[in-house]
Amino acid sequence: MSVGIAEAKRDRNERRRGLLLALPSFAYMILFFAVPLVIVLVYSFATRTSTGSTSLSDWNLDAYRKLGEPIVRNVVLRSVVLALVTTAICLLVAYPFAWFCAHQRPVVRNMMLVAVMIPFWTNFLVRNYAWRLLLSSGGPISSFTEAIGLGETNILFTKTAVVIGLVYAYLPFMILPLFASIDRLDRRLIEAGRDLYGSGSQTFRKIVLPLTMPGVIAGSILVFVPSMGAYVTPELLGGGKETLLGSYIVTQFLTARNWPVGASLSFVLMAVMLVSTIIYFRSGGKNL
Amino acid sequence: MNAPNGSEEKVTVAVSLRGISKLFDDVTAVDSVDLDIDDGEFFALLGPSGCGKTTTLRMIAGLEIPSSGSLQIFGDEVGSLPPNKRPVNTVFQNYALFPHMSVADNVAFGLRMRKVDKSEIADRVQQAIALVRMSGMENRRPNQLSGGQQQRVALARALVNRPKVLLLDEPLAALDLKLRQEMQFELKQLQREVGITFVFVTHDQEEALALSDRIGVMNDGRLLQVGTPEEMYDAPADRFVADFIGRSNFLKGTLESPEVVCLANGQRIRVPLVDAVTVGDDVQVSLRPERVMICDVDTAPEGVARLSGIVENETFLGNSVIYRVALDWMTVEVETDHRPDVERHHAGEHVDLWWRDDAVAVVRP
Repeated sequence: MSVGIAEAKRDRNERRRGLLLALPSFAYMILFFAVPLVIVLVYSFATRTSTGSTSLSDWNLDAYRKLGEPIVRNVVLRSVVLALVTTAICLLVAYPFAWFCAHQRPVVRNMMLVAVMIPFWTNFLVRNYAWRLLLSSGGPISSFTEAIGLGETNILFTKTAVVIGLVYAYLPFMILPLFASIDRLDRRLIEAGRDLYGSGSQTFRKIVLPLTMPGVIAGSILVFVPSMGAYVTPELLGGGKETLLGSYIVTQFLTARNWPVGASLSFVLMAVMLVSTIIYFRSGGKNL
Repeated sequence: MNAPNGSEEKVTVAVSLRGISKLFDDVTAVDSVDLDIDDGEFFALLGPSGCGKTTTLRMIAGLEIPSSGSLQIFGDEVGSLPPNKRPVNTVFQNYALFPHMSVADNVAFGLRMRKVDKSEIADRVQQAIALVRMSGMENRRPNQLSGGQQQRVALARALVNRPKVLLLDEPLAALDLKLRQEMQFELKQLQREVGITFVFVTHDQEEALALSDRIGVMNDGRLLQVGTPEEMYDAPADRFVADFIGRSNFLKGTLESPEVVCLANGQRIRVPLVDAVTVGDDVQVSLRPERVMICDVDTAPEGVARLSGIVENETFLGNSVIYRVALDWMTVEVETDHRPDVERHHAGEHVDLWWRDDAVAVVRP
C-alpha cells in the first residue's frame, strides 16, 4: 500500500519535472508559431484600404472570396502540378536509393545516410546559386551537351530548372522516411512472396509497396508541402517567369500590399496540408 | 513427373541432391551433400545451429542458389530456378505471414499469383483453412492470432497450393512446450492426410525422432548419416550422430576384425558387424547409458563383455538413476530404471558393468 503511494508520488513528480523541462520549447512554439499564426488568421479577415495599408476595423471574407478568382486558381493549379511532379520524381529516385542503402552493411549505410545529409551543411541560398551556375547557358551542363554534339541547353529559367532545384532540395526528406520503412520490412516476407509463386514485380506490388507505404506517404508529404510553397528556388532557377504560390503570396504582401489576400492564401494552404496530413495519420498510417 | 526409366516399381524420389555445396564468401555452409528424399516421406534435417540444414532447405526452396551440384525435384533439374518457378512451398520460421492481409488473403496469395480461377480460389482457401481447423478466423489479421494459430495459417498458406514438396523451417521452434507437442501430433496427422512429402529442419532431436520417417543429421555443412529414427539411435555411424541423438559413452579402441574391437585398456569385445569402418582403424564404441547393466562384482552373466569399476556418484531422477562409474581408464555413465526389483548401488561401491554384444555401435571417432 505504502509502496503504491510512494510510486504515485514519484510518478507525479516525474510528470511535473517533465513539464518543466518542456516549458522552454512550449514557450518558443507559442511565441513564434502559434501567435504569428493567429496574426495571419486575423489579417486574413481584414480589409485593404485604398492607400495600401490594412484596416483591422472592418472584418469580412473579401480576401477569401478573391481566392476563387481565375488568377489565383491558375497559380494554385500550377503550383500543385509542379509539386506533384517534384514529389513523383523524388519518389522514383529515392526508393531505389533507400532500398539499396537499407541492404548495405551498417557502416556503409551510415556513410550513405550522412552523404544524403551533407548538402544541408551549406546554405540553401548558396546551393541555389550553385545550380544557377550549373544550369546557365555557358555552364558545365551546357558545355557538356555541346561537346557531345547535342547543342547547347538552356535549362535555366525554365520549369525544368525549378523541378531540378526542388527535387535536389527535398530529396533527403523523401529518402529518410523511405529508408526507415524499408529497413523495418521483414525480408522473410519477400521470400514468402517469392515462395508463393509471386514474381519479383508481383512481390513488390503486393508485399513490399503496401508494407513500405507509411514511408512513401510520409516522404511525399514532406516533399509535397514545401514544394507547394517554395519561393527561393522558383525565383532563382525559374527566373520568376511563371508565378507560383510562394511568390504570389510574397507579391501580395510586399508589392501589391494586399495583406489580407496574402494572409488568407497562406492560411488556406496551411489548413489544406494540415487536414490532409491528419487524415493520413488517422487512417492507420501511425507507424511512421 | 518424368520418372527415370526402369525405376517405376521403386519409390519415386521427390528431392534429389547430388554433390550440393553452398559457399557464402569463403565460408562453406553446405559441403557436397548427396541426399534422396522419397515421395510421401516425412524427412527431418537435424543438426545444431549453423550446421547448414537451413541453407540446404533454402536451396531446395530456391531462396539460395547452390554453388555447385545438381538439385532435382521429381526428376526435374531446378538448381537455378527462382522460388516462384518451383513446385515447393515453405513454412517459414516465425511463419512470415503477410501482416497487411487477412488470414483468407494470406492463404489465397499463392493461388492468386498463379491466376487460378476466382471461384476455385475461394473453394480451395476454404478447404485449406478447414484442414488446419481455422474456420471462422478468415477475416482476422495475423497479429490477432496466437502463435499456434499463426502456425496453422502458415501451413494452410503453403498447402493450399498443393506443392509436391512442403518445406518447413523449424516450424515448431517458436511455440511453447505444450503447444509444440500438440502441433507435433497435428503435423504428423496432417502429413498423412495430404500425403505430400514433408522436409523439415530442426535442431530438436526428440522432435525429429517423434515426427519423421527418416532423419538426416548434419554438422559443419556435411550430411553425416541418413536413416530411420531407430537406425539413427541404434546404429549411429558417427560419434557426432551418436552424441546428438540421445546420450552415449564413447569407448576408444581399434577395429581388429569386422566383429572385434580392442578397447584402449587392451580388452577385446565383440561388436555388431561393422562395414562403415575399415579394419585397423581407430574407432569408438558407442555405449548408451541405458544399455549398460550394472551389478555387484562377479555377478555378471557368462560370455558377455564386462568392465569393472567404482561408483563415483549417483543421481536420482525419479523414474531412473544415473550412475557415474569410474574405470581405471575412463568414466562410464549408466542409467537404470528405478523399480523395487532393480538393485541400487551407492557411491564408493565396487561394481561390474556388462552389456550384450548387440547393445553397442561402432562409430567413426
